[in-house]
Amino acid sequence: MIDVTLESVSKRFPRAGDTAAVDDVDLRIAAGEFFTLLGPSGCGKTTTLRMVAGFYFPSSGRIRFGAEDVTNRPPNKRDTGMVFQNYALFPHLSVAQNVAYGLKIRKVGRADAKRRVDEALGEVHLAGYGDRRIDQLSGGQQQRVALARALVIRPRTLLLDEPLSNLDAKLREETRVEIRRIQKDSGTTALYVTHDQAEAMAMSDRIAVMESGRVRQVGTPQEIYHRPATAFVARFIGRSNVLSVPVVTAGPDTVTVALPGGREVPVAAPADHGLHEGGTAQVSVRPEHITLGAATDEDAITGRVTELEFTGMATNLLVDVGGGEPVQVTAIDVPARIAVGDQVGLRLPAERMWVVAA
Amino acid sequence: MGGGSLSTIPATPSAATVPPITEDPTPPGRRSRRPGLNANSRWFPYVLVFPLVLILFGYVVQPMLATFGESVGVDGPENWASFLTGDGVARSALLTSLMISAASVLLCGVVGVAMAFLLKRFSFPGRRLIEAIILVPAALPPLIGAISFQLLYSETGILPRALQQLFGTENPVLPFSGIAGVLVVHTFTMYPFFYLATSAALTGMDPSVEEAAYNLGAGRVRVWRTVLLPMLTPALVSASLLVFMTSLASYTAPLLFGVDRTMTMQIYINRTNGDLPMASTYASVLAVVSVLFLLGMRWYEGRRSYRSQSKGVASHRRELTNPFARWLALAASLLAVVVLLAPVATIALVAFSEDGTWTTEVIPSGYTAQNFTTIFSDPDAYRPILNSLQMSLLATVGCVVVGVLIAYAVRRLDFRGRGLLDVAVMLAWALPGTVVAINLISAFSTGNAFSFGQVLIGTFWIMPLAYFVRFLPLVFRSSSATLAQLDPSLEEAARNLGASWWRAFGTVTLRLMLPGVLAGALLAFVNGVGEFVASVLIYTSETAPISVEINNRMYSFEVGTAAAYGMLQVVLIFVVMVVSGRLQNGGRAAREATKWTA
Ligand SMILES: Nc1ncnc2c1ncn2[C@@H]1O[C@H](COP(=O)(O)OP(=O)(O)OP(=O)(O)O)[C@@H](O)[C@H]1O
Ligand SMILES: [Mg+2]
Repeated sequence: MIDVTLESVSKRFPRAGDTAAVDDVDLRIAAGEFFTLLGPSGCGKTTTLRMVAGFYFPSSGRIRFGAEDVTNRPPNKRDTGMVFQNYALFPHLSVAQNVAYGLKIRKVGRADAKRRVDEALGEVHLAGYGDRRIDQLSGGQQQRVALARALVIRPRTLLLDEPLSNLDAKLREETRVEIRRIQKDSGTTALYVTHDQAEAMAMSDRIAVMESGRVRQVGTPQEIYHRPATAFVARFIGRSNVLSVPVVTAGPDTVTVALPGGREVPVAAPADHGLHEGGTAQVSVRPEHITLGAATDEDAITGRVTELEFTGMATNLLVDVGGGEPVQVTAIDVPARIAVGDQVGLRLPAERMWVVAA
Repeated sequence: MGGGSLSTIPATPSAATVPPITEDPTPPGRRSRRPGLNANSRWFPYVLVFPLVLILFGYVVQPMLATFGESVGVDGPENWASFLTGDGVARSALLTSLMISAASVLLCGVVGVAMAFLLKRFSFPGRRLIEAIILVPAALPPLIGAISFQLLYSETGILPRALQQLFGTENPVLPFSGIAGVLVVHTFTMYPFFYLATSAALTGMDPSVEEAAYNLGAGRVRVWRTVLLPMLTPALVSASLLVFMTSLASYTAPLLFGVDRTMTMQIYINRTNGDLPMASTYASVLAVVSVLFLLGMRWYEGRRSYRSQSKGVASHRRELTNPFARWLALAASLLAVVVLLAPVATIALVAFSEDGTWTTEVIPSGYTAQNFTTIFSDPDAYRPILNSLQMSLLATVGCVVVGVLIAYAVRRLDFRGRGLLDVAVMLAWALPGTVVAINLISAFSTGNAFSFGQVLIGTFWIMPLAYFVRFLPLVFRSSSATLAQLDPSLEEAARNLGASWWRAFGTVTLRLMLPGVLAGALLAFVNGVGEFVASVLIYTSETAPISVEINNRMYSFEVGTAAAYGMLQVVLIFVVMVVSGRLQNGGRAAREATKWTA
């Protein structure tokens, strides 16, 4: 069942020129799904989320909740629960009063409301904190109050705008597990906004990767990681080498390309790749999928190490293969004798390579 | 003055957005009114702003235009020409006013900057006490403040007579009269503009910048010239503009020291002589000059490259170590305390003097508490108090409703003409009280749409209306300052949880603005109770407020009773100052607003 639908939604801000903050976005979010909008700063994530919440009206396009068209519905009639980046807790109300705010508007009875508030606070591990003032809480606790306040009204959709960005690294990881657990338990649909790809990968059922107001790819974390649709997605999710290589033959779902050094390999490609013999393909390959060998190895691309960085678990290398960008390589076992300036051989696994759109 | 609020996100979607493609193909026009228009509509900003625009137009802009009309209505451009040619009164009044203003800037600058440096850069006995009372003379209501200086320093004043007695001379020693007297009043009441601006700049200044200059080998004079002065320039320019504008608007000082040839006095004189066109011409000229200064100030604040941020970097104070210097400092501090408190002390003393007993003595000879009994028990004497409270209360309610909504609109809503709304409020602030009064006279001596066809002149209503126009900017300022501190997402959170706009505004935004609003309201109220400048032009015998009564009592030599009324105003002011200081973060908002009290 589809819970939230965005149909060719665009948003242009007045006085912001002709460029659209959100440009022709189509999304279908299933009920109970944890759906993430991921993208670099300024790509339109917040704007999209705020249109779903009703704080902005789209310049064009429609938004539906289920079958209902809510495009022009005011925010207070949308029944979404939003967790703001800075939490937006009411400083003049206690923790319990904050959580009860939405219940009061929904005219939930006093006893019932108290029970639900206690329940919600228990859920976020803040039982007994009800009488505290907001400024007597730590950042992490405030974050959880904000979550409880959004969840207690049992919204049809939970909206979260970078809710973890004000927490330190360790707390961030703990909290993202918590958010995911609570969302799963309650079965609420969640629309989550972040610019942190690790966070998106770890939490989401599906991710929409956005760039300059447009959705570049929608898919599960695995699909996005292994089958990035564009060079941008490949580089933004994890790290990736995107090689420009000549096309030797082009099939329906496989394209044979000539790698640097001349070896020809078949590479999987999306059905709509639109490539022809003699053209140039963009092929992505992850640094950790490349194996390092001797320059003399057969089938290896030879190159010269230009940078070498030991990070403990692995070693990152930049290898100049003559022409184009240097290739990034991440290797677990690197022979200690390899140094900057050495010639090495790189083995690119054809089955791990993937043709992406430019 | 901040004006713009770049980072605020409209709580309601901007009305200027391109409307979405709807199934209904009729394109909604810019101001198309659909049935069921409510707070959720995208036209909501305009619905909220429209009445505010009407109010500002009706009671600030339109009256000003009416005054222009009045000034050229009967005599054509003749009145205006008198400012440009010849050696008539008009021209000399304008020149005198400008000259007094320039001299006031100079004097206030010297006193204010010196005080700021002494108090912020040096540590000496008595410093804290002086800091605590430094704003006292400026806090007095305009009329009673000017009267206190007259009682102290004029030919019949306490100090010249005391010196006369001390030295046994024939005449009072060192009396201030005429323009010199006006300048004394201006210096004492307006130096805080410089003092506050300079001390804020000094506290915000990183001491290491100065140290760096010394470290690079600059001498003291050079550091002053190349580091300190340039860094203080924005503060000094703003303060100069403020003092200039305030001096130009000053009316009570020239009135009490008998300087007839100033713009404000000429307005009063022409008005009382029944020459409204000429009074209007003076008012128009004064309005033009004030507006030019307002625009200049906005322009300057907009372009100035850095703001002095009081981050609380403790600028170090130099300890006075030389014992002689310490004694000297102590003596000077004591003298400063006496000088600062003398005006209030004088009013308090005189308030207990018997009317008519003070003739040629240094201080009054007979004392009684009768004055206070009189003003509270005699129905005639009690009337002005009641009037003032009533009219100020009415005006304050209006200021709060309109001021809060305008602050909200300017800070939080996105609509065309937002800047204009801001300017219109500041216009009300920039116009001198005398000009506000003349504007209202021009506009409402016949009925018009904004008075629902009624003639307001000569009625009770014109008084609270004048107070409303004059003190609206105070509530606007302090509300706006608190609103700037409030995260817009708080209101959005409430909306998201299901609250209608009204409910979210009431339970969250307004609730959190309350300290600032209250501080502004109190300020508007005390200013109303102390109002004299506009009142004196529009009051009737039934609506005379306290200050007008004080003025009348002074004329009939009932100095004691006048001072008793004055004490009432003074006490009220100090109560309000204490209360708003106590208000949680209302103090900040009040300070913000006080900076704009003219
Ligand atoms: N109220 C507004 N008025 C004008 N332009 C806006 C407004 N809000 C956002 N924009 C512009 O729209 C674009 C998208 O902004 P948005 O806030 O959606 O980005 P984001 O993806 O959330 O970025 P971040 O990760 O930095 O929060 C940006 O270019 C921004 O400048
Ligand atoms: Mg954002």
